[in-house]
Amino acid sequence: MIVFALGQLLPGNVGRAVLGNFATEEAVAAYNHAHGTDRSVVVQYVDWLRGAVQGDLGTSFVSDTPVWDQLGPALVNSLKLALFAFVLVVPFGILGGVFAGLRVGRPTDRAITVVGLSLAVVPELVTGLLFILIFSIWLGWLPVTAQTDPGAGIFTQVEYLALPAMALAIVLFGYIMRITRAGVVEALDADYTRTAYLKGLPHKTVIRRHVLRNALMPTIAVIATQVGYLVGGLVVIEYLFNYRGIGALVLNAAVQKDFSLLTAGVIVVGIVYLLVTLVADILFGLLNPRIRYQVGE
Amino acid sequence: MSSVAAPTARSEARTARRERTRLLLRSPSFIIGAAVILFWVATALLGSRITPYDPVFDQTPDLSQAPSGDHWFGTDRLGRDVFSRVLAGSRDILIVAPLATLLAMIFGTTLGLITGYFRGVADDTISRIIDAVLAIPLIVMAVTVVAALGSRSTWAVTVVIAIVFAPIVARTVRAAVLGEAQLDYVEAARLRGERAPYVMFSEVLPNVMPPILVEATIRLGYAIFAVASLTFIGFGLQPPSADWAVQLTDNYNFMAEQWWTVAFPALAIASLVVALNLVSDSFQQVFER
Repeated sequence: MIVFALGQLLPGNVGRAVLGNFATEEAVAAYNHAHGTDRSVVVQYVDWLRGAVQGDLGTSFVSDTPVWDQLGPALVNSLKLALFAFVLVVPFGILGGVFAGLRVGRPTDRAITVVGLSLAVVPELVTGLLFILIFSIWLGWLPVTAQTDPGAGIFTQVEYLALPAMALAIVLFGYIMRITRAGVVEALDADYTRTAYLKGLPHKTVIRRHVLRNALMPTIAVIATQVGYLVGGLVVIEYLFNYRGIGALVLNAAVQKDFSLLTAGVIVVGIVYLLVTLVADILFGLLNPRIRYQVGE
Repeated sequence: MSSVAAPTARSEARTARRERTRLLLRSPSFIIGAAVILFWVATALLGSRITPYDPVFDQTPDLSQAPSGDHWFGTDRLGRDVFSRVLAGSRDILIVAPLATLLAMIFGTTLGLITGYFRGVADDTISRIIDAVLAIPLIVMAVTVVAALGSRSTWAVTVVIAIVFAPIVARTVRAAVLGEAQLDYVEAARLRGERAPYVMFSEVLPNVMPPILVEATIRLGYAIFAVASLTFIGFGLQPPSADWAVQLTDNYNFMAEQWWTVAFPALAIASLVVALNLVSDSFQQVFER
């Protein structure tokens, strides 16, 4: 299973690397050969790849410092924000999905589904702006920006990150809810659920032990795939809230045409995505023993 | 969902289509969604002919006015009427997003047909590239491509979104084709000696149209999402376009003093994507019965 996931996603690294190299070629016009960009594409690529494998992602074209000096702290900032968004959205998404799924076909179900899906398609810049307007400007509860001074306490950080995390969470809510709902509906319909009822187990036990346990498995898979999407959302949200995370860094690198930083940033994003997918696969295997034996699949 | 290739198939298909249309027209979410979309299409087509003030050039002496009887949504820092700009703001996004979707659908459907029909090496190669592209978030990918192209024209945005969406479409189409390619009518066509392109486009394609149509409506929603996001971070449509996201970029630094310059365009974007979502959701419900 793990080998399969790696085998499928690793060529992605090559694709990204090639793309990055193509971008470097573009930069030749703007930057001198101090950065070695006048060498042949293949030499550069091999050289770069050798460095990347050893953990050296190169030097920023603009600031002439190792890109990792900028990427590291940005990544930490983004992870904080993303984690916060997840902590907000996962319980609500699952609750909403279970609630709707147990009432499948009724007006409550339809209402939750339509609202959830509608929220999922509204761009986070719109929700972010409206949140700023309502919570910062009109109500004055929360700060407009997300960036705290260095050394700010955890509560200050949470306060500053609340709005951007909410904006990100709203978009994800619909997805998580929909998949949970589908899982619950399917599990309710399954033979094992009927068997459980027929054995005389109380309703609550059936729901908790049979329905929910099976229903939440697809949810985990979907949550993992949404991480990639979340990083995309980070670009906009970090820009809007003036937060120094990986999204803002990638954006800034693109604006300044700092292709070495841009390439490194995109690759870090890809690696994070790959790692999360891997962790999700492992979790999935732990929850569902049946899958573990199907290694050859 | 797929009709059988028998003599009666055509009339059956027509009945099914009529039935679907009837179901769609009875769905309140479809009606509401379609009405909102039609409204924005109308304002896009009519443009400055129906706006009370010129959305781009007409600068009234009233700068930064709060909403009033004269200016329903107020005016911005340059004295432009926000109501007029919101009405005119649907035009560019309603050109770029559908065009990008169309390109992505054509490209992605072709890729999906090829990978799903031929399998083997072609499938493996293209599918790996698709996986690689999908591992990078849309916005990050788009920003990278736009930066590499070095051009921020409307045309570049359209092509970039098409490129980023095509693999996603290809994956959906491939899944549908995989199920279809095993069926007898495909085998029959092949035994008849038909060429692969003919079988793909004339035999398989019509039968996988419903999922492709649903995919198109979903993609259109995301295309609008993408155009708005890219525009907001400065990589999409550019001023002097009166596009909603351009208005947001213009004004969001001043929204503490002038909430109306941000709130109305933001709500306009929200109304359009939600309406599209309602329509695509109704499509899915009807097609998946």
